[in-house]
Amino acid sequence: MSKKSYRQAINEAIASEMRRDPTVIVMGEDVAGGAGTKGQQDAWGGVLGVTKGLITEFGPERVLDTPLSEAGYIGAAAGAAATGLRPVAELMFIDFMGVCFDQIFNQAAKFRYMFGGKAVTPLVIRAMYGAGFRAASQHSQCLYPLFTHIPGLKVVIPSSPYEVKGLLIQSIRDNDPVIFFENKVMYDDIEEVPDEPYTIPFGEANLTREGDDVTIVAIGRMVKMANEAADRLEKQGITCNVIDPRTTSPMDFDTILDCVADTGRLVIVDEASPRCNMATDISAVVAQEAFGALKAPIKMVCPPHTPVPFAPNLEDLFVPNADRIEKAAKALMNYQIKEPA
Amino acid sequence: MQLSREDLLTAYRTMRTIRDFEERLHIEFATGEIPGFVHLYSGEEASAAGICMHLTERDHIASTHRGHGHCIAKGVDVMAMMSEIYGRKDGVCGGKGGSMHIAEIAKGMLGANGIVGGGPPLICGAALTAKTLKTGGVAIAFYGDGASNQGTTLESLNLAKIWNLPVIFVCEDNGYAEATSSSYSVGGTQTKRAEGFGIPSVEVDGHDFFAVYDAAREAIQRARAGGGPSMLHVKTYRYYGHFEGDATTYREPGEAEKVRKERDCLVGFRGKVTEAALLENKDLDAVDAEIADLIERAVKHAKAAPLPTEEDLLTDVYVSY
Repeated sequence: MSKKSYRQAINEAIASEMRRDPTVIVMGEDVAGGAGTKGQQDAWGGVLGVTKGLITEFGPERVLDTPLSEAGYIGAAAGAAATGLRPVAELMFIDFMGVCFDQIFNQAAKFRYMFGGKAVTPLVIRAMYGAGFRAASQHSQCLYPLFTHIPGLKVVIPSSPYEVKGLLIQSIRDNDPVIFFENKVMYDDIEEVPDEPYTIPFGEANLTREGDDVTIVAIGRMVKMANEAADRLEKQGITCNVIDPRTTSPMDFDTILDCVADTGRLVIVDEASPRCNMATDISAVVAQEAFGALKAPIKMVCPPHTPVPFAPNLEDLFVPNADRIEKAAKALMNYQIKEPA
Repeated sequence: MQLSREDLLTAYRTMRTIRDFEERLHIEFATGEIPGFVHLYSGEEASAAGICMHLTERDHIASTHRGHGHCIAKGVDVMAMMSEIYGRKDGVCGGKGGSMHIAEIAKGMLGANGIVGGGPPLICGAALTAKTLKTGGVAIAFYGDGASNQGTTLESLNLAKIWNLPVIFVCEDNGYAEATSSSYSVGGTQTKRAEGFGIPSVEVDGHDFFAVYDAAREAIQRARAGGGPSMLHVKTYRYYGHFEGDATTYREPGEAEKVRKERDCLVGFRGKVTEAALLENKDLDAVDAEIADLIERAVKHAKAAPLPTEEDLLTDVYVSY
């Protein structure tokens, strides 16, 4: 056990699986970098250095730089997965799904069902998501609700270095296509991460703290924000559950419903655009299954329904933060049902 | 012709099976008993048969919405295919795929495909598997003149070339992308497009089994020997519409009948092999009778086969709620 960054944890997860299983390959744009040049062959190791060093250990037959051709290589990764390899394909920014979505949702996602259970597609697509990097509208989105909507895909959104390693190893060993969301502003986050490989199962939420008053469900990077808010609330005598679902497909609704039954108050923090996102999805299930337990309306803390702005001050206003979460929780605590006139 | 008597009978049997399968579907679809969309391959049989004759189960193919012929030529069970088209539980995909999604991975059949241009990237992946695991396999992307204009197809040509993948791109140009002529929708030529990527290519008469067979042999040998991808532009024709129910008003009256009369691949094959005294008419007639019986049995079986059950709705996929 030693302190490792989110970036290192991902690198370790891929490397350990490549050592364990010769059918695991890595492919993507500049996952090594330098292919065909006269310079270094591991020039980048991915645009943010996450896959650095893999080509040195595993060679260019298992670490493939692709052309800037997402439809071509994501489709190839799906075809390779259906025929015997376990590709870990990097889509760089999830926003680029726009040019290769067919290969994900019409092809890879449907093989198993459409072919009567006779196909497995052990494909992992890694991609960066999230605002806060000053990367503007086309490199900052949280598009996991779109993938969660598609039957046949599994959707993983790790919230810390420990989580990212265990969930990525689980993803690589899974026999269904997994869309693996890495928050780009978390790559340098550091915490204790075991050296040896370990897995974290899908569909089991992590109750990161327990309390009696308010349940907060937070997705990805928002788990950190929610815990910051919960720290502040605790000092004011309000204690919170903070739930990290870890995966949105499958989604552990049981843990959420159990916590709501205890606290009667729910805040959902989702960095994705507010229409048809995880917050609305969870709200719908809680309203349907636990209406009687609610002491106040559900609060959703989300960005406005706009593209992600570029100007740093606007982007900071856009992303949900601990202040907004704290405010939402307090509003629930102060909520009173109006008596009918 | 370097084919043995047995090979010739196999080739004829494959083409005859495809033809009879499709002609029967044409009749049965009109009765309203077959759900969904059906796209028939009648007229194009020499392409699937001439190419797949060179393949074994270690080789993969990806097909199109017009996929029945490729499935049959790659060895997918005809009875199970017919059941699938009728949406039955004992269909090759348990009734969950239907005509446009017939697949059998174990036989190297990666699926018909409801998305035009969906197959070529997948086949690059199958070829990458063959190359990485050194299986000696090759991978064939069947696609139409319509799909030749999809970015996925062009990206796949590039990917196959730069990774030197054992892929054969087979553009089956039947003259029409749905109701639009390929002379209108395709800029340049298919072979020159391939050449632009540095991929050897050849135009082939898709009505002539032997022309397809010979061109495919060369391309497949090159791929197996590590020589990378090739492209075949197979000029062919579909006797029926884009889908069953299409009145084909975009064609000149009599056009399909003329091709069927003058250039039919089965008639041409019979003429060549009997003229060269490689097979006799009675050999081919025996195949005709055998296949007529097979198709009759397949349809009878499919119509009587049980439907999938309510439980089947929720299997073979992760269902969260």
